[in-house]
Amino acid sequence: MSDIKVSIKNLYKIFGPNGKDMVQKVEDGATKSSLQAEHGHVLGLSNVNIDIPARRIQVIMGLSGSGKSTLIRHLNRLIEPTSGEILVDGEDVLAMSDVELRNFRRNKMSMVFQKFALLPHRTVIDNVGYGLQIKGTDKAEMNERSQKWIDRVGLSGFENNYPAQLSGGMQQRVGLARALATDAEILLMDEAFSALDPLIRNDMQDILLDLQEELHKTIIFITHDLDEALNIGDNIVILRDGAVIQQGSPQEIVLNPADDYVRDFIKDINRARVLDVSSVMGPGSTDSGLELASDVILELAMPAMIEADVTQANVMRDGAVIGMVTLAEMIGGITRPVTKAEDQVTYR
Amino acid sequence: MEFLDKFPDLGRTTLRDIKKSIDFAFREFSNQYGEAIEGFFDPLLYFMVWFEKLLTNAPWPLMILIFAALAWLGARSIPIVIGTIVSFVAIGVFGMWEDTMATVAIISVATFVCIGLGIPLGILMSRSNRLQAVVTPVLDVMQTIPSFVYLIPVVMLLGIGKVPGLIAVCIYAVPPIVRLTNLGIRLVDKEVLEAAEAFGSSYRQKLLHVQIPLALPNIFAGVNQTIMMALAMVVIASMIGVKGLGVPVLRAVSNQYLALGLMNGLAIVALAVIFDRVSQQYGKRLQKHRQGGHGV
Repeated sequence: MSDIKVSIKNLYKIFGPNGKDMVQKVEDGATKSSLQAEHGHVLGLSNVNIDIPARRIQVIMGLSGSGKSTLIRHLNRLIEPTSGEILVDGEDVLAMSDVELRNFRRNKMSMVFQKFALLPHRTVIDNVGYGLQIKGTDKAEMNERSQKWIDRVGLSGFENNYPAQLSGGMQQRVGLARALATDAEILLMDEAFSALDPLIRNDMQDILLDLQEELHKTIIFITHDLDEALNIGDNIVILRDGAVIQQGSPQEIVLNPADDYVRDFIKDINRARVLDVSSVMGPGSTDSGLELASDVILELAMPAMIEADVTQANVMRDGAVIGMVTLAEMIGGITRPVTKAEDQVTYR
Repeated sequence: MEFLDKFPDLGRTTLRDIKKSIDFAFREFSNQYGEAIEGFFDPLLYFMVWFEKLLTNAPWPLMILIFAALAWLGARSIPIVIGTIVSFVAIGVFGMWEDTMATVAIISVATFVCIGLGIPLGILMSRSNRLQAVVTPVLDVMQTIPSFVYLIPVVMLLGIGKVPGLIAVCIYAVPPIVRLTNLGIRLVDKEVLEAAEAFGSSYRQKLLHVQIPLALPNIFAGVNQTIMMALAMVVIASMIGVKGLGVPVLRAVSNQYLALGLMNGLAIVALAVIFDRVSQQYGKRLQKHRQGGHGV
């Protein structure tokens, strides 16, 4: 596992006049609804602990009201927590003075918004340069760097258009370019693609993954869409009612959902696209002659087997056989399981 | 039953004493500080005299050219420029040139003073709900109290002349720009503001890059309203010695000169229409970016 970039510890957010006093009640077992009913306070986040690795895409997902947008706004302190700690590169964000916080936002962490939040009175290039302007970059350098990012997100030729003249997808590319232009190491994306239609959303995910391959930023991505989470996330955290229900890789979440809430979430996804051969393989080896890399997803592995006219294949990692997989195991993997041998979890 | 028949007021003597003591106190105050306050406004007075002379003494074709150029810069519309030229020529032909220039002078100064005071106050109001709660009723009073009522203390303090006239005009004309600046800034999209915050904007950067530009259409509507209300005060201001189109109107009222009143009244209307159209068109051009449509 790579090093930890952002560390969230025992984070609580309780909305209401006496939020601080309510933390103890939540620790003693008050739920979101009981806190609301008995004390008139709204539980935003409840004892959130997440370690976010550097240079990876960390997805935080949950349905609306689960606290995910609240959580991401704590990372750059657009919202002040009720209690807890947030460390970025070991530095406590909550201890920062106003000036430190401004410099932190200018240089270290930038953000992409669900509704784009572009400046309507500025052209594309001036919007992209906004973060640089705030930092005090001179105009020539600002335009040069903005232009680079405009080209990179595929908006060349639209530099002098106003946001209102662009489609939603194009506006969000401006939002993305604006966030990237400051060269911040951490990128917060708050439901960045949720307002876009499905095809454009897939495009944007591809753009993001392309960029990430080259840039290796630490990206914290909020979404309510599991397909999106599985597609782009290296790690996924699932929130409900402000509490972390489960965290892990996409595969772990699909194979071992922590509870019925998560199970409900994953029930309609395309498992063949998420699971790779290593997650369904068994021990041993075969002489069928077909070798599959361990991270090949089942959607690609199964046609490969059928084409090779075999029912078994060796699973390879770093040139060595680490196990074997059968067609039956693959089919088992993509079928919604009723029982699962490893952990004896039974669910329907 | 006397209690019900007649309202139990304070009684004539008490009331007279109250009024007397207030009047006396204010007279004392104006005796004591009137000159100092007048002195404070002296630079403004010099400027107004200078500006009025500048407009009245400048050759009329040059002035018409300047007005036409300003109308073009503001509105970018040929019909409005033509209308401006025709109006000013007509005003000249009917012998109202000098009065009109004097009116334009005081309206311009009043508008600048109102902008200079009103926009900062509006910005402060948008920052603080408490200040808004205090200032709003004051603005209500300023807009509704009959102008003659506040003319009394102003004249007591400063006598008659341009400066008290300007103050009277500004008291009446400043509320809309304060209100609309405050409103415009409060209406700025919260998400855009959040984005500005997330990129590390300081308070000043937020104000200059986001709040004022996005509030500009509203602020401009306020400027437009302020100009209109300042024009509406022209006649009343002329009662305390402000030169301009109000003077002949006042004379027409007291002597029942129909034609004189009508002509000067229409000149005020012409000025109002020109100012209004030009400033509205300018306001619209400021919002050009709001128009959708691809590939401009």
